Amino acid sequence: MKHVLQARNINKFFRDAEVFQALKDVSFNVDKGEFVSIMGKSGCGKSTLLYILSTMDTNYEGELVLNDKVLTGRSAQELAVVRNEHIGFIFQFHYLLPEFSVLENVMLPAKKFGLKSKQEIEHDAMEILRRLDVHEQALKVAAKISGGQKQRIAIARSLINNPTIIMGDEPTGNLDTKNSENVFSILKELSHENNLSLLVVTHDTDFAAKTDRIITMEDGKILSDGL
Amino acid sequence: MTNWGLLLKIAKTHLITRIKQSSVAALGVTFGIATFVILISFMTGLNGMLDGLILNRTPHIHIYNDIKPSEDQPIDYFDELKNSFNVVNSIKPKQSQVRVHNAKALINFLEKDKRVKGVTPQVAAQVFYLAGSSQLNGRVNGINVLDEVTLFNFDNYIVKGSAEALAKNSEGILIGSGVAAKLSLDIGDKVQISNINGTIYNLKIVGIYQSGLADYDNIQSFANIKTVQRILGEGSNYISDINVKLHDLSLAPAMAKRLESEFDLTAIDIETANAQFETGTNIRNLITYAVSITLLLVAGFGIYNILNMLIYEKMNDIAILKATGFSGNDVKLIFMFQAMLIGLVGGVLGVGIGYGVSVIISHTPFETEALPTIDTFPVNFNGTYYVIGVAFALISTFFAGYLPAKKAQKIDPVDIIRGQ
Ligand SMILES: Nc1ncnc2c1ncn2[C@@H]1O[C@H](COP(=O)(O)OP(=O)(O)OP(=O)(O)O)[C@@H](O)[C@H]1O
Ligand SMILES: [Mg+2]
Repeated sequence: MKHVLQARNINKFFRDAEVFQALKDVSFNVDKGEFVSIMGKSGCGKSTLLYILSTMDTNYEGELVLNDKVLTGRSAQELAVVRNEHIGFIFQFHYLLPEFSVLENVMLPAKKFGLKSKQEIEHDAMEILRRLDVHEQALKVAAKISGGQKQRIAIARSLINNPTIIMGDEPTGNLDTKNSENVFSILKELSHENNLSLLVVTHDTDFAAKTDRIITMEDGKILSDGL
Repeated sequence: MTNWGLLLKIAKTHLITRIKQSSVAALGVTFGIATFVILISFMTGLNGMLDGLILNRTPHIHIYNDIKPSEDQPIDYFDELKNSFNVVNSIKPKQSQVRVHNAKALINFLEKDKRVKGVTPQVAAQVFYLAGSSQLNGRVNGINVLDEVTLFNFDNYIVKGSAEALAKNSEGILIGSGVAAKLSLDIGDKVQISNINGTIYNLKIVGIYQSGLADYDNIQSFANIKTVQRILGEGSNYISDINVKLHDLSLAPAMAKRLESEFDLTAIDIETANAQFETGTNIRNLITYAVSITLLLVAGFGIYNILNMLIYEKMNDIAILKATGFSGNDVKLIFMFQAMLIGLVGGVLGVGIGYGVSVIISHTPFETEALPTIDTFPVNFNGTYYVIGVAFALISTFFAGYLPAKKAQKIDPVDIIRGQ
């Protein structure tokens, strides 16, 4: 199977008062359609890794490859385009633009991409919202909907440009059990039906157990890769 | 690839959801621009009026025969003393007349010149005004009154009577308002004029002249050229002054110089004669720009502050935008747009209000002895100043927005996401 994402010998140092190595020689791959979870104790470097993989953090050693293209060393402008086109990101906290409507929030990355007409984008966004069962909220202002709904809308937004991979940093960490199961089943469905790759950091053992593969980290190193 | 429309829409949404702050920022700009427009319209209106007061009346080139000692004394022609240091005491001007020599030929020559719009000859005479027992020192200028009207707007300064009345009456005179007041004379009265030899002439007052400059109005009167030539006892060749109006005022200094050297006369150009007016105009303009720029600077700081605050509030939005593929440059543009939108709205409102107030000022009564032809405040409604106003608003908000926007561009989304 083809590797969608490859991390090769990633090292990350924080150089504040003293030098601290947060990631030590991290290497692994994610395949197409694979649902991978990352687990590990608090402070072991999961978020740090995810920021590097999502191209937002460029200050690392090693090599990052997406769809057989090396991303390491590219300009910030190029990486912004890569994020827009290929990477969906779901945060632990529901990051939506509070002053825009739900629909506009979902449409925003597609408008930035600029490939489709406004009508097409709006149609696609409504489709995705319907699939996630939040289409009734479409015209509400993002600030005025519930936490679980916000997280589903964030997922909808991450899907709008048909990305190569979706990354999530504890996307259910802030939700109750029912909502959390709901979000999980949505993600699972996406990975199976759309052949979408998913890489999700989680503390929830039940959640992780249901994914295709669990990567366990400790002190900035990969302890076990459930291959 | 930059999607301007999208960035503009985000900028607009940010502004509209903070309409209070945005309005305060825009009002700062409005205040600055309105003040600029009002000040500059009023100041240049005033300048225009004052310049007009002088320029309308002042010939572009004034030709006369100045009586002064000649530059070369006889000893200078004596070759043997060429290299010695010569001192001549008590130099006096040589005996000569104040008339312009061969004036008719000179006038003909000037009228043929394509740069010249018109030429008017004048005859000036020192006189005494006599009315009953009072006697007043003064001056009468003989003029071709209708030419003076077309070239130098002479009729603007006739407050009673008319130029035509003088043109028709060879025994008529237009007396200065100061002369009229001092001698208690009015239109229709007779005034006696005595020349320096004591010969007395009776003239009828057909109008009253008021320039607005009291020193002038207290002595000056006007009559037809022939009348004054008669008072002086001179023939029709006697001309004391020639006034020239050009199509292009800026040619005056060069032409005056050539006339002086070619015809051995004194020719004063308008710029030399009125240099001090230029200075006054420049200082008024300087004050206007200084005050307006100060106000805009204050408005600019307001915008700078508000944008800084907004960016602080919008950290999360910036992180989301960057995480979903907006580049640092896109984010910078969003905040620059906000600043410039504030500038545009504030600026347009500012020129609008500025125009409104200018209209009110231009209808406000303003009557003064010194300016007989003005009855409301002078305001200059030149469209250029409105364009400059809006440009000013955009430029100042551009600079006010630049630093905060640059800051937003540099915000690292990882720092924000991690900070939650
Ligand atoms: N900006 C920073 N400067 C210095 N050290 C940092 C910085 N950010 C993170 N660290 C350190 O790097 C290590 C990994 O942090 P990271 O946030 O990746 O942990 P995590 O696995 O996501 O933990 P959690 O499960 O609590 O979210 C931690 O020890 C943290 O203290
Ligand atoms: Mg973390």
